[in-house]
Amino acid sequence: MEKFTNIADRAVPIPEENIDTDQIIPARFLKAITREGFGENLFRDWRYDRENNPKEFVLNDPTYEGKILVAGKNFGCGSSREHAAWAIYDYGFRVVISSFFADIFKNNALNNGLLVIQTSEEQLQELLGIIQDDPTTQFQVNLEEQTVINESMGVSFSFDINSFKKLCLLNGYDNVDFLRSKTEEIKAYEASYHK
Amino acid sequence: MGRTLFEKIWDAHVVSQIPDGPAILYIDKHLIHEVTSPQAFDGLRKRGIPVRRPDRILATADHNVPTLNQHLPIKEELSRIQVEKLTRNCEEFGIELYGLNHPYQGIVHVIGPELGVTQPGMTMVCGDSHTSTHGAFGSIAFGIGTSEVEQVMATQCMLQQKPKTMKIDIHGQLRPGVVSKDIILYIISQISASGGTGYFVEYAGEAIRSLGMEARMTICNMSIEMGARGGLIAPDEITFDYIRGREFAPKGAEFERAVAKWKELASDEDATFDEVITFDAADIEPMITFGTNPGMGIGISENVPTTASIASATGKVNFEKALNYMGVEEGQPLKGKKIDYVFIGSCTNSRIEDLRMVAELVKGKKKADEVEVWVVPGSKQVETQAMEEGIHEVLTAAGFQFRGPGCSACLGMNEDKIPAGKYCVSTSNRNFEGRQGPGARTFLASPLTAAASALSGYVTDVRELGPVMV
Repeated sequence: MEKFTNIADRAVPIPEENIDTDQIIPARFLKAITREGFGENLFRDWRYDRENNPKEFVLNDPTYEGKILVAGKNFGCGSSREHAAWAIYDYGFRVVISSFFADIFKNNALNNGLLVIQTSEEQLQELLGIIQDDPTTQFQVNLEEQTVINESMGVSFSFDINSFKKLCLLNGYDNVDFLRSKTEEIKAYEASYHK
Repeated sequence: MGRTLFEKIWDAHVVSQIPDGPAILYIDKHLIHEVTSPQAFDGLRKRGIPVRRPDRILATADHNVPTLNQHLPIKEELSRIQVEKLTRNCEEFGIELYGLNHPYQGIVHVIGPELGVTQPGMTMVCGDSHTSTHGAFGSIAFGIGTSEVEQVMATQCMLQQKPKTMKIDIHGQLRPGVVSKDIILYIISQISASGGTGYFVEYAGEAIRSLGMEARMTICNMSIEMGARGGLIAPDEITFDYIRGREFAPKGAEFERAVAKWKELASDEDATFDEVITFDAADIEPMITFGTNPGMGIGISENVPTTASIASATGKVNFEKALNYMGVEEGQPLKGKKIDYVFIGSCTNSRIEDLRMVAELVKGKKKADEVEVWVVPGSKQVETQAMEEGIHEVLTAAGFQFRGPGCSACLGMNEDKIPAGKYCVSTSNRNFEGRQGPGARTFLASPLTAAASALSGYVTDVRELGPVMV
C-alpha cells in the first residue's frame, strides 16, 4: 500500500445518496484476475450509454477534476467487491468525503490507501455548495491533523479516524505483515481454543 | 452485566485488541469463490507464503457459472479464465474445491449450511456481502474485501472493528401468504438501506422463532441490504435438527456435546443492545420493491410513495431518479404492472423449501405466455433433491425453465441477464440499477409473489389466488 500524503486539490461532486458498488464498478467488470485497470470502468454505466457514448455525468464534465470525490450519504453500499475501491483509486482519487459510508467499503478503501472522510450531513451539503459555486476551489486534506480546509471560503473541519488506521495510512503499513508478526499469539490462541 | 449473543461469540474469537484500533479476530471458516479470491492468492504468491489453514477454507465456483449446459466448457472467455484460475489456485495452495459439476457445487451461502460446515458459535467470512446468511445458525458471519481475504488466508485472522449491536424483534405471527422474504423486505423498507450500518443485528421474537432454517437464512442474508455488518438468530432445536447428520456436522456423541455448547448461545436476559427495534408480524403483507435500492419497498396492496412524502432534498432527487429508471409512477399501485421475466434463485431464495413453496403454488397451472421464468436452484444438491421430489416436473409443466445451480441473474455475471428496459420480479436481494443486466428493472419479492406473478404475467398479490398453504 502506498503511503498517504497530504492533498491540496479540487473536488468532484456526486450529490446522490446510496451510491452502491454495482454503480461504482458493474459486476461484468469483476472478471479480471489482477487488481489493475479498473479506473477506466469506474461508474461505467453512468459515464457511458450502451453504445459507449459519453453520458451527461460529472466525470465527463471538464468543469470538475481533482483527487477528492464528494458524494451523498451511504456511499459504497451493497456488494463487498473491493474492485470498487480499486476503481476509485485507479481513476486517480485519493480521498472520498461523504456523510456516511457503508462498512465494508470503508474497510476496503482504507486497506488500499484511499482515505474516507465522514462529515456531518450539514458539512457535506456545505462542501457540495462550495464546489458548485466554484469548481476550481482547492481543498487541503491533512491526515496528520485530521482536517479538511478550504481557505477561499474560510471553511475548515476536522474528521475522526482511529489511530491504528491513521498510522497504517501514513506509513503505508500492510495488514498482512502486521498480522503475520502476531503469529505466535495466533498459535497460542488456537492451542487454547477447543471447538 | 449480561452479554448479547453477538458479544459472546465475538469475545471468544478475539486474539487481541489493538488500543484505539481493530481487534485481531480469529476466523473459524473462510468461504471463497472465483470472483474475489484471485488477487488474494496473487498477494500470497508475491509474499511467498502459504495459506495458513487450508483446512478451514471451503471453495466453490458460483458467480460466473452458466446455468445451462454446465457439462460443457464455459463459453464466455473471461468467466472461464476466472473459474479455471480458482481451480489452479486451490490446487496450488491445497484447498478442497467444489467446482463446476462437483456434487457439492453451488452458491457459497447455500452449500455452507447444507454441508453442515456452518455451525452455531462460529466466526465465518467470505469475500461476498451476503455471507451474513450464515448468521441464521447463531454465528458471526460477514462479507469482506479481497485484501481481507488475503489476511485470512495468510493468518486465519483479520483486523476488524467491533460493530454496535441492534435487536430487531418481530412479535406475533405472520399472516397467510407472508413469508420470511417479506419480513426482511418490510424491515428494510422501514429502517432504510442504511438503517443498520455500523450494527450487527440479532433477529428475535415469535415470528422469527417459528421459521424453519432456510427461511431464517433468507432474513439474515439480506441484513447487508440495510447496511448491517451481519445478522444472527440464536440457535434452537430447529437449528440443531437441521445440522444433524449433515456431511461435515459433528457425529454421534460429539454432536450431542456440540449441541450442549450451542444451547448456551443466546443473549442474556439482562444484555443491552445499542438499539432495539420492534415490529408486529401482523403489520406485514407480501412485499415488493419499486425502486433501485432494497429499502424502496411497499406492501403489495400499497401505492408507490409520492415525491412530496420524501423528506430531504437529495432524497427527493434520488427517489425521482429511481422512479424514472424503473418506469414507475409515484402514487400508483405496482400490482397489475406487466412483467417480462421472473427469476427464482440467488443466495436469498434458492433452497429446497423455496422451490417446494413455488411448486406447491404452480402445480397444475401454466405461466403467462409472454413471461420468461428462470428457476435456478442454489446448489447441485438442491437441484438433485428437486428432481427426486418431482418439483422439476411440476415447474417444467408450468412452463418454467429449471436450470443448473449458480448465482445467475441475481447479478448477471454469466449469460443470465435481464435485457435493458425489461421488468423482472426477482427473489434475489438487490434491485440496484443494472444489477440484473444493464438497464434491467428489478422488483424484489418473495418466491410466492414471484411465482404468482409468473402465472398472471403481472405483479400479483399471491393472496388473491386463493388460500395460501404456508
